[in-house]
Amino acid sequence: MVRPLRRLEWYLIGVVLTLVLMYVISLAGFGIPGLIETGLLAMTPLALAAVGECLNEQAGTVNVGMEGIFLITAVLSVYWAEVLGSGLYGLLLGAVTGALIGLIFGLVCVYGKANQVIAGMGLNILALGLGPYLLMSIWAFPGIHVFPRDLMFQPIHISLGDGYFSISAVTIAAIVIAVLAYLLLRRTLLGIRIRAAGENPIAVDVAGVNVGHIRLLMCVVGGALAGLGGAFMPLGWFGGVVKEISAGRGFIALAAVVFAGLNPLLALVASFIFGFSEGVAFTVVVSPGVKEVVPFYFVQMAPYAVTLLVLVAAIGGKKFPRALGKPYVRE
Amino acid sequence: MSKRLVAMVRPVAESGIAVVIGLVAGAFLMLAFGYDPIRAYAALFVGAFGSTAGILESLAFAMPLMVTAVTFAVGVRAALFNIGAEGQMYLGAMGAIIVGSAMLLPAGVHPAAATLFAMCLGALWALPAAILKIWRGVHEVVSTIMLNWIAFWFVTYLVRTYFGEPGRAERAIPALATARYPVIGETLTAMIFVVVAFCVAVAILLWRTGIGFELRLVGDNPEAAKYAGASSSRAILVSFLVGGLAAGLAGATQILGRPPSWTLYATMGNILNLGFDGIGVALIGRNHPIGGIFAAIFYGGLAHGGRFMEYNVGVASELVDGINGIIVIALAMPEIVAIIRRRREW
Repeated sequence: MVRPLRRLEWYLIGVVLTLVLMYVISLAGFGIPGLIETGLLAMTPLALAAVGECLNEQAGTVNVGMEGIFLITAVLSVYWAEVLGSGLYGLLLGAVTGALIGLIFGLVCVYGKANQVIAGMGLNILALGLGPYLLMSIWAFPGIHVFPRDLMFQPIHISLGDGYFSISAVTIAAIVIAVLAYLLLRRTLLGIRIRAAGENPIAVDVAGVNVGHIRLLMCVVGGALAGLGGAFMPLGWFGGVVKEISAGRGFIALAAVVFAGLNPLLALVASFIFGFSEGVAFTVVVSPGVKEVVPFYFVQMAPYAVTLLVLVAAIGGKKFPRALGKPYVRE
Repeated sequence: MSKRLVAMVRPVAESGIAVVIGLVAGAFLMLAFGYDPIRAYAALFVGAFGSTAGILESLAFAMPLMVTAVTFAVGVRAALFNIGAEGQMYLGAMGAIIVGSAMLLPAGVHPAAATLFAMCLGALWALPAAILKIWRGVHEVVSTIMLNWIAFWFVTYLVRTYFGEPGRAERAIPALATARYPVIGETLTAMIFVVVAFCVAVAILLWRTGIGFELRLVGDNPEAAKYAGASSSRAILVSFLVGGLAAGLAGATQILGRPPSWTLYATMGNILNLGFDGIGVALIGRNHPIGGIFAAIFYGGLAHGGRFMEYNVGVASELVDGINGIIVIALAMPEIVAIIRRRREW
């Protein structure tokens, strides 16, 4: 019998593989800072949604509708940014829009006692139609909208001697939020209540705390973070919005949550791995020597394949809250 | 009312209420952008069901949804959320092109061979999700979505490189005349009989065979199933494979049974979202293959009528997908009838 690898050993393997990969990439002539920049951009929406979903699931509600929140908030945040003339306001109102969607989802799940996976898929299907409908109704142009460049939320430039390294304030916020979420869950009374609402809602109820309110609050927080992530895609990254802008990222964030076993810090790490693989894929695809050999289509598949492989390798041994996905009914 | 009658009326009433909620929410979305919802819905329903041509066209739209609904329904029966119909359907469409467009076969066998190959490719694409679920416990919502996206780029690659129509890079080679199902009227072909027969066959499998009983038992009550010696692995595998066959068939319908293009566009434009729409259809049809047929006809009407809504009133037809999503959310709530009854007391 081979002893199964311990968690720490998996991380070491991951770190070593990443370093080897970086070395190979630098040998091939790519700049590491550039790759990390792209990786961090791709990480940001994933991390925001994943951290929100960790909080959500710790309290006992699964939201598989983050893909839908991404899509709706991506479109609406551009609209807000254009109306108010500022990328920052677009981001903030994107988060507010996400919080509203989270609130509605929470009401449906907590008070409607909905099957959460079906309600979440409903949200995704709604977005599949609502996204293009909004694009068409607001800008009267099908499927795509590019906004003026000065509405972009500008990144911070850090001098690196011969060049500079760009990082968005939203990325920094995502990292800080992940740490705060971890501390909230581990070190505060509210955190204990959140985890208890997912683990043993009856005990929470008996202790005089409203399970429904806690779950609802986490749905709102999760929605707000996913909304910020959705708004970041057009306003902090792409510079435009298309009808398939989320491209499965809501589900990749979900995979990050599963990989992390609901730990926000690990969710951040997983988001970076997935984001980095997307960054690497898109850097490699345009480089001479590679683009003639590897078809563009296969590089497009990379983020999804990596997500699947990481899940296969890293799943198991994770403990999920016992009442996860079950509506709480007082007896 | 007798209990039996209530048991039959209740699910229909629940679906009906959810549909009304969806349409009302859709009306508010139209009002938000200054459209007239009454005119829009009138255009939609008259366009969809107001004439023989409209009905035939609505049925043509319903055909693939009948089977993508089976994919989701047969998953739910085994307590799985198989949302991989989308990707499996892409592979099915590709399979139909490989045999239907790129191979020469006699007229009698050609449609059958192409359909079967498409279904097999669909089932093949469902297999990884089944294996990962059984072997590693990977949740099927994540694995099937990842497989959907991989399928999207894989099929795009095949259409753009090996199966592109010469001189028309945007689409694959159309199905050969020998591989096409005969046209009944408008864009409806005889393939609808194959689709309905498949739905009936799945219903028989689920309710009249031992393997179907095992599948439903594992889905309804895993503890009891374990106690009775039912194999949950086998139930999961069968559920995914039947779902894959159904999705593969759905992909084939758009190639072998859908004029005027008889082919697949490289953007997937003519089949995109049929798999996801099947989720709503399955839920409206109460996760029953036969219920799904009627739900698909309703939804096919929405999809076809949506074009009239867009043409006559200017409401973007994508709103129909939004309405579908709201219907799904409404149907996720088990007590929707009870909630309304408590308020209104009827």
